[in-house]
Amino acid sequence: MNHVLILPILLPLITGASLLLLYRLPFGVQRLAGLASTLGLALLGAWALVTAGTGEYRLYHAGDWPAPYGIVLILDRLSALMLALTATLGLGCLLYASRGIDRRGAHFHALFQFQLAGLNGAFLTGDLFNLFVFFEILLIASYALLLHGGGRARSRAGLHYVIINLVGSALFLVALGTLYGLTGTLNMADLALQVAAAPPGDAPLLAAASMVLLVVFGIKAAILPLLFWLPRAYSASSAPVAALFAIMTKVGVYAILRVFLLVFGLGEAPVNAAAWQWLWPLALATLALGGVGVLGSDSLRTLTAYLVIISVGTLLATLSLVTPATLAAALFYLIHSTGMAAAFFLLADLLGQQRDEGYDRFSVAAPVGHRGVLGSLFFLAAIAAVGLPPFGGFVSKAWILQASADEPRGLWLWGVLLTAALLTLIAVSRTGSSWFWRPGGAGKAEARPLDHGCLAIVCAMVALNGALSALGEPIMGYLALTAEQLLTPRAYIAAMLPETLAVATEIAP
Amino acid sequence: MELLYAMTLGVLTTCGVYLLLRARTFTVILGLTLLSHAVNLYLFASGRLVAGAPAIVGLTERSADPLPQALVLTAIVIGFAMTAFVVVLALKAAVELRNDHVDGENPDEDRL
Repeated sequence: MNHVLILPILLPLITGASLLLLYRLPFGVQRLAGLASTLGLALLGAWALVTAGTGEYRLYHAGDWPAPYGIVLILDRLSALMLALTATLGLGCLLYASRGIDRRGAHFHALFQFQLAGLNGAFLTGDLFNLFVFFEILLIASYALLLHGGGRARSRAGLHYVIINLVGSALFLVALGTLYGLTGTLNMADLALQVAAAPPGDAPLLAAASMVLLVVFGIKAAILPLLFWLPRAYSASSAPVAALFAIMTKVGVYAILRVFLLVFGLGEAPVNAAAWQWLWPLALATLALGGVGVLGSDSLRTLTAYLVIISVGTLLATLSLVTPATLAAALFYLIHSTGMAAAFFLLADLLGQQRDEGYDRFSVAAPVGHRGVLGSLFFLAAIAAVGLPPFGGFVSKAWILQASADEPRGLWLWGVLLTAALLTLIAVSRTGSSWFWRPGGAGKAEARPLDHGCLAIVCAMVALNGALSALGEPIMGYLALTAEQLLTPRAYIAAMLPETLAVATEIAP
Repeated sequence: MELLYAMTLGVLTTCGVYLLLRARTFTVILGLTLLSHAVNLYLFASGRLVAGAPAIVGLTERSADPLPQALVLTAIVIGFAMTAFVVVLALKAAVELRNDHVDGENPDEDRL
């Protein structure tokens, strides 16, 4: 049996646990261990992309228990994509944190590894209860990371974040209990079959369970009525942590995709139809609110937090059209927006450190040091974030608009998406011009040293976004296949439960 | 038994939600605890309620479904850890912010 598939979970878990046990080790060694593990994850991510790229599902039966009874890890194109994205993002954040932020509190590297383990587990698992467990792992690591470094703002934001996520976990368990009570299984493939074959009398309960799950994933992904924890939490945490959190909302999006396209996607009247109906207007409203929020932010980190909200709104609105083209376009946007949000959080820290007062607040007119370099970087990053050519954002947005144009209601998306992009453009150009185009006052701030390591990391992240558009064609091909794979849940079920293949073809439409 | 069970769940959930919506961290944490009790009981009941049947196949004629019990154990462990964490966090916030309001500031005190 090939054990490589469980390594993305085991490697950070073991590294994190050893770092906790060996906390007396010199700090440099801890840092190296964390970086080595994350680098290993990046290699595993590349392996996953290649393996899943063949179009076959790769399974790992924990303890060699057969599928509907034991816990199964399953790798498909979407999981591979998320694994690779997490590892790349994690590496960037960890390198940035290693320039000094990780020393501001205890156990940063252990917590970071636990966070990665939770994320990878959530992307790999094929079992709904297991998904809950990995959600909890990534959440408890994120609670501690959010508070890392201490301070009043973090305690305040942390309290909201923790409480709302605990309520979310309780709701998750309610949904799981309902599903298990109705179907007697928690394996996602088996659930899909059972849900499709459920008697009509169970339909209202199944619909209720699916809606509760939507609320739970909506809290994680930050859809409109459930997103008010996000701006404060993201802007209060330290820069590398906030950058890593850029993937946390995408976990919610991933879970929505996985659960609603697979578990509730089969049968003559799929349960997921109601979910897509709800998601569409809520996602558009989220997008609109994100645009307004970006314009009304008082600091660069808050602005970036609203960029995250815009990205969630765009993603979910595009996804809820559920055609192969929109799914693929949304996944491209997912890669772009995660990377850019992370780069912006790091950039905000880089710029904030160069100011004498006010850190990244707009109300304070302190000059920024090294304005030539940082100004150019901000200019490029802003172009990439807004979605102007030649960066990945342009390709992704153009693809989203093209894909949604085939749908009659896609026009709404056009209007809201372009307005939000315009508002973002206004907000970032206002920031850029007030920070970098202010005459005079440059002499004093030049004294602050610029951390070239940090600068290089942010440059690399912006460059990666450029590479995303340069390599657009192969990536788009991969994503188109991913979308196709997502829309054929029967193949997933056939891979997970080979013996029930005959039943599957009978039930599916 | 089912009626009593359902009523317990209802009362726990109602109290939990009510306390959750209060403005002080202590009551919110109590609310979370009650809610997680309700959820654990609910999860337990998803394997159907049977009396006098062990969760081991073959000992008696009827056996209880062992999976929900395992799920509840997991949920209890996680819930316990999370409650401990949120209590510590609330204490930390209360010390740092000098009040126990969930928003970190007491609107009534600020007005004075």
